[in-house]
Amino acid sequence: MKKISFKLNGETRFLHVEPNETLLDVLRDRMGVKSPKCGCDNGDCGACTVMLDGKTVRSCLIFAIEVDNHEISTLENISKNGLSPLQKIFLEKNVFQCGYCAPGMILSATELITNNPHPSEHEIKEAIAGNLCRCTGYTPVIEAILELTKKD
Amino acid sequence: MAIPYEFAYERPETAEQAVKLLGKYGKNARILAGGTDLANQMKQGFRVPEILIDIKNIKEWEVIKMVNNELHIGSLVTFNDLRKSQLIREKLNILFEAAGLVASTGVRNRATMVGNICSAVACMDSAAPLLVHEAVIHTLSIDGERTIPIQQWFVDNRKTAIQDNELVTHVSIPIPEKKYAGAYQKMMRYSGEDLSQSNVGVLALSDNKYHVAFGSVGPTPKRSLKIENLLNTKGISKETIEEAKAMIETVIAPITDVRATKEYRMHMTKVMFERALKSAVERFKQPKLITQ
Repeated sequence: MKKISFKLNGETRFLHVEPNETLLDVLRDRMGVKSPKCGCDNGDCGACTVMLDGKTVRSCLIFAIEVDNHEISTLENISKNGLSPLQKIFLEKNVFQCGYCAPGMILSATELITNNPHPSEHEIKEAIAGNLCRCTGYTPVIEAILELTKKD
Repeated sequence: MAIPYEFAYERPETAEQAVKLLGKYGKNARILAGGTDLANQMKQGFRVPEILIDIKNIKEWEVIKMVNNELHIGSLVTFNDLRKSQLIREKLNILFEAAGLVASTGVRNRATMVGNICSAVACMDSAAPLLVHEAVIHTLSIDGERTIPIQQWFVDNRKTAIQDNELVTHVSIPIPEKKYAGAYQKMMRYSGEDLSQSNVGVLALSDNKYHVAFGSVGPTPKRSLKIENLLNTKGISKETIEEAKAMIETVIAPITDVRATKEYRMHMTKVMFERALKSAVERFKQPKLITQ
């Protein structure tokens, strides 16, 4: 067991972890953060996406012990003060069905538009390519991001 | 899912501490950088290290820089670092292009290029660009530094020339003095998660010289001097391209697996070779920064 501390959604947290615990398990099972999901458990599906120091990563492929002194933010952080414009447009346009991929999809799209406020359709597709969705066929998601980010 | 067995974890602050630890544990240790391959291999029981040595605090290995006429890429440089680097975009367009095709953004934010060549899975994306650019791999151990030309690095599927007590500090890539341009082609089912079924890298150099490498079509990625000789002596024409495509059959050894048959891989490798060659030649004639 090693004591680690990291910022989780803006708050400094301390806990003891074993080296073999993944970040995903620790977030969900020990810290009650349920937005990252376990889909494929090997980094392909993107359901476990969280932000580590501002970049999207796969929490199923990271050991919790690695994030000592780093900053993690999850979907819960994005909607801390109400829904973000991206979440609002996703909701308005009803882009998701089951919602299992939604937290990862929203984080990936948020990272994209933070770095690139007016992405092309190609850039949007590239940004969410690692978030698998088996309901929507992606089209409504892409259209909503395009509408939100189009130049006036 | 947690890894179903226990292991130790250390995060040294200096290169010296890292190699000391590695010297102590040898083959029972694994170096942890991005971990995107390693965590999976440990979940599957393919690797069962006693200790992980996390090198992410060793900041000197995060760097991409020019040293005289060589471009140095540190062992902590991720694929998205490569994508964001103006130096890479200008000097190594083929690596820039290949880096953008590795898995997805969320993986590229974490996965390192050096990790990619250390895992040495046959379908890796960084091998062909590094082979055509004649990269050199720099290792460190308690016994000192060693350099290994990339041609000698890949020994077998998932096996490299690295010793148990060594780690990779960086890769150096000599930048040709005269004009050059590269192109990378990757065959995959869809973007975002898929591994390459075949990949081809071509570097067009001044004086009508070419370097050609193939990946995912044999146990190790492979540069072909035979095809290069043909192109270098006969020049690029419709006939030479056909002759080179026929020669590919004697150079690569694809297998049939769940992702593609060997016949399909063979056919597509020829098609992609022609595309990569033409694209490299085009870029050589009309240099401009590629964007994707």
